[in-house]
Amino acid sequence: MLLIDCPYCGPRPEVEFRCGGEAHIARPAQPADMDDKAWAEFLFIRSNPKGVHAERWIHQHGCQRWFNALRDTYTDAFIETYEMGTKPSRLPDGRTTR
Amino acid sequence: MAELAGSASAARRQPALAAPPVLWAGVAIQVLPDEARFSLRLPKAAAATAAEVAGFSLAVPVNRYAKNDQRWSARLGPNEWLLGGPEGDGGAIAAEIEAALAGQIHGVTDISHRQVAFDVAGAEAANILNAGCPLDLSLVGFPGGSATRSILGKAEIVLMRPASAPVFRVECWRSFAEYVHAFLAEAARDCPARE
Repeated sequence: MLLIDCPYCGPRPEVEFRCGGEAHIARPAQPADMDDKAWAEFLFIRSNPKGVHAERWIHQHGCQRWFNALRDTYTDAFIETYEMGTKPSRLPDGRTTR
Repeated sequence: MAELAGSASAARRQPALAAPPVLWAGVAIQVLPDEARFSLRLPKAAAATAAEVAGFSLAVPVNRYAKNDQRWSARLGPNEWLLGGPEGDGGAIAAEIEAALAGQIHGVTDISHRQVAFDVAGAEAANILNAGCPLDLSLVGFPGGSATRSILGKAEIVLMRPASAPVFRVECWRSFAEYVHAFLAEAARDCPARE
């Protein structure tokens, strides 16, 4: 079984987790100022890359905390998990941030 | 509102499950008697510095279990604890926690009636739990003093191992109790006794 490294509990089996879609999508500060196209893009359009992807995950049947993960959508390998509100050590395009 | 006979405020507690002990070679599965249980949540900063509240040890690492006299605590997440104590102490525990945390932001919920506990004990206990629980339950992966939320088959459970001995405590919601009990009994029946 695939093990996912929960930032709070350590490596745990994948069936305890749920995926919450793409991470790091900030809600626009002034939604009223946006036109329909921009708003629809914020709501529905996601990056869907083949390769490294930043996602939100929750350890539903464990500590029940949300966290972020970098996962390769092609190999299904988890590259890194990190707490909400923090940044990964590398960006999905491969550049390092710290 | 119609008042119950006897006490006006106390709800009558019906057992969720009245199953006899399941005894097979290498394992015994028993429904444990009722206990008082509480779910305690604290904000991040308070959780990091919390030491002891109403006799419950909170300063344990995540996914660890601690017991003081008759009161036990299991840290299920960075700011969540499952607390347990004797059945008759429920009111006293709630009052003591409220008094200890007065003025602080916290959440404490009585979940005694929601929970059903099982004891799975014996040399084959880990194998039987592994029929539906994907955790590594060896002494390396789940040493004495471990406690965590996990799953058993399709039901969510809290699994505790108070000591190194192969005695596990499984807690589940009462609506899952029949399923969890049947699942464990089935796994025990299929488990061959070792020579």
